[in-house]
Amino acid sequence: MAGTSQKKLNLKLKVWRQKSNKDQGSFVEINAEGVSEDASFLEMLDQVNESLIKKGDDPIAFDHDCREGICGSCGFMINGNAHGPQKGTTVCQLHMRAFKDGDSIVLEPWRATAFPVIKDLMVNRSAFDRIISAGGFISVDTGNAPDANGLPVPKPDADEAFANATCIGCGACVASCKNASAMLFTSAKVSHLALLPQGQVEKTERVLRMVAQMDSEGFGSCTSTGACSAACPKEIKLTSIARMNRELLAATLNKKEAVEGDGV
Amino acid sequence: MSQKLDSQVPSGDISEKWTKHKFNMKLVNPANKRKHTIIVVGTGLAGASAAASLGELGYNVKAFCVHESPRRAHSVAAQGGINAAKNYKNDGDSVYRLFYDTVKGGDFRAREANVHRLAEISTSIIDQCVAQGVPFAREYGGLLSNRSFGGAQVSRTFYARGQTGQQLLIGAYQAMMRQVDRKQVELFTRREMLDLVIVEGKARGIVVRNLLSGAIESYSADSVILATGGYSNVFFLSTNAMACAVTAAWRAHKKGAFFANPCFTQIHPTCIPVAGEMQSKLTLMSESLRNDGRVWVPKTAGDKRHPSQIPDNERDYYLERVYPSFGNLAPRDIASRQAKFAVDSGRGVGPTGVAVYLDFRDAINRLGKKAISERYGNLFQMYAKITGEDPYEVPMRMFPAPHYTMGGLWVDYNLMSTVPGLFVAGEANFSDHGANRLGASALMQGLADGYFVLPYTIGNYLANTKTDKLETSHDAFKGAENAVKSEISKLMNIKGNRSVDSFHKELGRTMWEYCGMSRSAEGLKKALGDISKLREEFWTNVRVPGDASYVNPELEKACRVADFLEQGELMCQDALERNESCGGHFREEYQTPDNEAKRDDENFCHVAAWEFQGVGKKAQLHKEELKFENVKLSTRSYK
Repeated sequence: MAGTSQKKLNLKLKVWRQKSNKDQGSFVEINAEGVSEDASFLEMLDQVNESLIKKGDDPIAFDHDCREGICGSCGFMINGNAHGPQKGTTVCQLHMRAFKDGDSIVLEPWRATAFPVIKDLMVNRSAFDRIISAGGFISVDTGNAPDANGLPVPKPDADEAFANATCIGCGACVASCKNASAMLFTSAKVSHLALLPQGQVEKTERVLRMVAQMDSEGFGSCTSTGACSAACPKEIKLTSIARMNRELLAATLNKKEAVEGDGV
Repeated sequence: MSQKLDSQVPSGDISEKWTKHKFNMKLVNPANKRKHTIIVVGTGLAGASAAASLGELGYNVKAFCVHESPRRAHSVAAQGGINAAKNYKNDGDSVYRLFYDTVKGGDFRAREANVHRLAEISTSIIDQCVAQGVPFAREYGGLLSNRSFGGAQVSRTFYARGQTGQQLLIGAYQAMMRQVDRKQVELFTRREMLDLVIVEGKARGIVVRNLLSGAIESYSADSVILATGGYSNVFFLSTNAMACAVTAAWRAHKKGAFFANPCFTQIHPTCIPVAGEMQSKLTLMSESLRNDGRVWVPKTAGDKRHPSQIPDNERDYYLERVYPSFGNLAPRDIASRQAKFAVDSGRGVGPTGVAVYLDFRDAINRLGKKAISERYGNLFQMYAKITGEDPYEVPMRMFPAPHYTMGGLWVDYNLMSTVPGLFVAGEANFSDHGANRLGASALMQGLADGYFVLPYTIGNYLANTKTDKLETSHDAFKGAENAVKSEISKLMNIKGNRSVDSFHKELGRTMWEYCGMSRSAEGLKKALGDISKLREEFWTNVRVPGDASYVNPELEKACRVADFLEQGELMCQDALERNESCGGHFREEYQTPDNEAKRDDENFCHVAAWEFQGVGKKAQLHKEELKFENVKLSTRSYK
């Protein structure tokens, strides 16, 4: 219970330290002492950093922002698990009561060719933005929209679209995959838009372009092991990948070309 | 007074002002639009929607954010919903009612014309978002679902479970990424704006620090939009994300943009209470929970029994008791204050005694666990993760926390600041919420500004303004770059004994104690002295490790805290100057016998806009008088 626990933990951290993407990294042992069980994992790192700063050392760099599991900034491997041991949880939502006094904890950045390490636990995930800009949207200029209730959407479709749209783009799926595949991320966006009537017009082009962009970023192939979905803090389902494969097949077979210059 | 504040509110009937103004504004023809560059700083709801809409129109947009991706902006964390006067529920809603509720909710300290425009635009926002594929909650018939929020007696809030902000942001982000794909928007991530560049009296560019390389970079444009959010992090502990800062707005303030009503801050009533010393932020639990949750404390002070052991007749459902017509849906400022009174009277609950209960027992009995889980599942899960308690079984413990800032850079009706060419959108401006924002109105305002206001008013500015081509080799850019570089090197070279966070926490404690939920002249004067001393110590004793030429999160924080140490002072100054209580600004000296805020319309029915005079020097006050021609000035009552 928050605020009730007086228990303090002493932990041994093995943290990946890497100055920049040009440097070699290595694991460094750092002790975390007197950590409250009520602290979040990132607050534990704040505490460690505070003591590193006092000693004149460089604090551990990690991405973080909202600290409530929705912005998708944080994320690294904790003892080999993306975002740590709890299901459906981001690192910032993980609290120290999940650990025991004396535990050793290994912290390592996401490992993927498409996510180069920037510093320590920070990686560059801008490949995800490029996948979205390759068609992960519905082309509707501001001011063109009909009345919102003019187009009813069956509740199950809306709910399923929502479930896919909750992806926070943290990259845990890629980091957990032995092939560093971005299929779960990409398929969540394809599914979100393909499940809605508004998304139908561009569905063929969308899936073709997004998959092509994904491939060109250097992500690996999907071999359906399901590690991505198991690690996903938003618990996006493997069926999204199946849906994307179906969309991709249909798009490949159905692709038609628009007439260039015809009133465009 | 050196400068008269002209709000540029068009004449005519309130319901026709915006329509007329849109017609009267000058247009930029399509061939000329592509000759203009517009800088947008911030990619939350206001920034991303502005960047997308301006890109669609054919302007060249440069969009900047501190995050690695625009999708991480803190709008993403908004939970409960977005208001719109659709009246889909047939429960008596209308544009005028939304306008009325917002003016009243803001305790008559907002500009009527802006608020009416916001209410008018609200309906188009929902249309736009649905067309983009935002998966709002729906009924079984396929139509959109609504819920009610504080300060309103109609159901006008559209939502996507407890993740409305995320869904709207992704909609705006995708719209912007579409323009990135079309090369209308150029994206600059991991850049922090550290100065505004003014040439010949007009905002013409920005200087940023590249947070990856440490490089100080300049960008020029014909107009600059700041959509950089609020300043709740001045309190250190708030519901804001860690990177939320006043820096961009403050730097613009130091270059001449007036800062309006800085003391109008919103303390949100339902946040998870502080648990320990190392707490880094507070998590909000959506106001929508008050639709079904009942707020209570024990009737007797010091009652430490488990909540399930306290029978109904020994519980004080104080919001229902004091405000029978609005009950648990009383507006935020009022609900927060009542929670404070309950705790101050020794009836607080939980291990620290600094909390009240938000109880779902009755709603679960009435509707079943499944219905409650459908409505609030992710919020309950979030609560359980943080506290280790199951809110289906035990009532949530809640306490108010800094959440939103109604104050911000002063803007006129066109959303232009006192610096020509500098526009301010979303939470970063001051305009629409007065002294208290109603729930589900922040998302509405951010998107209104970005999708539907700026695309018109910026065009009008550009059509009326001659802007010569400007290279970043211009002296104004070089001067700003050098100032930024010397500030950074000064910070790096102090090599003192205290971490940036230790200063930030101390500032936060001072602000919370003296400029938080209740304020007094005596306390504010003490805070002014304390902050000034703390700022002095900061500049002689802060330790920023590492070097400035690569990723350095401590340096980023140091720049932000340096600004908070100046801006906190202005907040206290503003709070001290405003000798009345209104909305979120509660001065202990000005209250009614039953502890309600006592407004002073005779002397304080104005916007207080402050002009920077130098660090440590008292800013100069300018007043924009507020006129209420439609909603009659009256004592706000929710009883």
